[in-house]
Amino acid sequence: MSRKLSYREAMREAMHEALSKDPRVFLMGEDVGRYGGTYAFSKGFLDAFGPERIRDTPLSELGFVGAGVGAALGGLRPIVEVMTVNFSLLALDQIVNSAALYRHMSGGQFSVPLVIRMATGAGRQLAAQHSHSLENWYAHIPGIKVLAPATIEDARGMLAPALADPDPVVIFEHAGLFNMEGELPDDWTVDIASAKVRRTGKDVAIITHGGSLPKVLAAAETLAADGVEAEVIDLRVLRPLDTATIAAAVAKCHRAVVVDEGWKSGSLAAEVMARIVEHAFWELDAPVARVCSEEVPIPYAKHLEDAALPQPEKIVAAVKEMLG
Amino acid sequence: MIEFKLPSLGADMDEGTLLEWRVKPGDAVKKGQVIAVVDTAKAAVDIECWQDGTIVELLAEVGQKMPVGTVMATLLEAGEKSLPSLPASLPQGERGGSQLPSPLAGEGLRERGNAPAQRRMISPAARKHAAEKGVDLDSLTGSGPHGAVILADVETAAAQGAAAASRPAVAATTEVPSAEKGAARIAAMRQAIATAMARSKREIPHYYVSEDIPLARALAWLQTANSQRSMAERLLPAVLLLKAVAVTLRGYPELNGWWRDGSFVTAERSNPGVAISLRQGGLIAPALLDAGSKPLTQLMQELTDLVQRARAGSLRSSELTDGTITVTNLGDQGTQTVFGVIYPPQVALVGFGRIVERPWAEDGGLKVLPVVTASLAADHRVSDGHRGALFLRELAELLQHPEELDKEAS
Repeated sequence: MSRKLSYREAMREAMHEALSKDPRVFLMGEDVGRYGGTYAFSKGFLDAFGPERIRDTPLSELGFVGAGVGAALGGLRPIVEVMTVNFSLLALDQIVNSAALYRHMSGGQFSVPLVIRMATGAGRQLAAQHSHSLENWYAHIPGIKVLAPATIEDARGMLAPALADPDPVVIFEHAGLFNMEGELPDDWTVDIASAKVRRTGKDVAIITHGGSLPKVLAAAETLAADGVEAEVIDLRVLRPLDTATIAAAVAKCHRAVVVDEGWKSGSLAAEVMARIVEHAFWELDAPVARVCSEEVPIPYAKHLEDAALPQPEKIVAAVKEMLG
Repeated sequence: MIEFKLPSLGADMDEGTLLEWRVKPGDAVKKGQVIAVVDTAKAAVDIECWQDGTIVELLAEVGQKMPVGTVMATLLEAGEKSLPSLPASLPQGERGGSQLPSPLAGEGLRERGNAPAQRRMISPAARKHAAEKGVDLDSLTGSGPHGAVILADVETAAAQGAAAASRPAVAATTEVPSAEKGAARIAAMRQAIATAMARSKREIPHYYVSEDIPLARALAWLQTANSQRSMAERLLPAVLLLKAVAVTLRGYPELNGWWRDGSFVTAERSNPGVAISLRQGGLIAPALLDAGSKPLTQLMQELTDLVQRARAGSLRSSELTDGTITVTNLGDQGTQTVFGVIYPPQVALVGFGRIVERPWAEDGGLKVLPVVTASLAADHRVSDGHRGALFLRELAELLQHPEELDKEAS
């Protein structure tokens, strides 16, 4: 059996469950309480759990992420919501220099069981300061796990293991996915360690994550109509990367396209390509290709924004050029 | 800078096809070292370098047919320094930024000034698969983007190679386009031999008999006969032995034919397949058609022609499929005895060892005579050891009357 729900509802259910099950869990961030959350993920939570556990914060990412680090060190299990990854740069010091390092700096005496959720990505005409994809900045840092739920199941299931993890976990939720609806099976199981094959194929492996997954799946359908069977890999976990699953898909298909909404220079796509070359070079039948965002600030105008982002047509074109 | 040109290897040679490079750029070579194998009209020939030096660039491509005198490679003389600039033959686009759209296209070229001018685009997967399957990448035409050789090209070639190997006889070596010679040909040949010989030992219950045959009379007769012939027309002992086998087989039809679909089919004529070893390795056993009814002189001409064409890879398909028995003759280089493996679907193989002088008891006295040991490997499903022994005894007897063999001809 399964039931239908949206990504937003799945995430809301996951938080509701965590808050209900464990009194150490609390939610903190801008507008999470009285407003019900910028994206309405915590609508009704203030009434249900009270102002101690659903805490509105001032507009200071440095301050409230730091408070989250302190709460985690003190034994709580904070969920800190940052409105977008763009704003999280104000909290980079807390995340990179504090949360990620305390286990190391304390010789294993302190751990920081902190979950930071943040929206990422473009596609909603929110202009450059609200639209970038900087997952790769965090995926670069030892000491934290980085997750990118792109399905209803992962939106529902990734929070619990993230909270159970003794170290900081950053969860990237692509804003373009929030209204996506899908079936959640009753017997879902979710890990935060592996990449998943979302579609099986044999001609080309398309490796992606987050908001690009639906675009890749749409491109795969278009390709299938032309007789090209694409295998679609959803990375899910951006740090540590599941290299084995990536290499296996390349070994199977002998061609790979990486789709990443980040800019290509220094991107997560670049890292995935490097892993492919390191671990599956002799399986390659064509140079690895990638579809990334154009290297410009994401524009406000709809047609320019669409043109700047990976789109199914661009993915199809990349695959076809590769096939010759 | 030395220009290494395709040498003429005889008055009748005006062109050759490069089968294989034995060196690569950067290799130091010595005078007399084999640096390439070239297919001439007659045979594959090892080409030696006539000077010490270091290979700079290989200009001829495997499969390329070229007239005598073509510059095949350039070498640096000992002590000569490499040119500071890139070879002039490099395309302009490779000197600065690559004009080719694919990252594979310009791979390594800018760093390796001494590399061949055109580095082919071959995908890593294609290289790996080709190495596993023994497919010669140089023989492939790329079907990938910008003409790159991709996995599918290797798979197609490997499938064709496997199909060739499963055909009867070693027919894989006939009528092969020159571009596919070289490593692929050798690999296909080895595969064909492996398939046929494994099948033989798996399916055929071999029995073996052997007989020492004095050849004093036969060789004396040959010497007399040859004394009246020009050098080109002289008969070799091998042709006498072949003829004797073919004639003797008339009384032993159970040794001359094919085991097909669970039963034996007798051949009307005897077409002994002559095992010929090839320079590049492997062997082939084309048939001398109807050897029993041809005069020795004609048989000698046909045998010479057959050996030459076998080594040049220009045999007719009938010669590869119509053999009714195989005759292997180790000749001067061999041991005294050979125990053969029957070449299916044939049912017998006659082997001759080296002709050597041995002590021989005859008419109550001891003599030193030239003797050859003849052996028979035969298929026990078709014949029995008694008949096999009788065949060899009759063959021995016939060889004591060589004039009869020549008479047969007329």
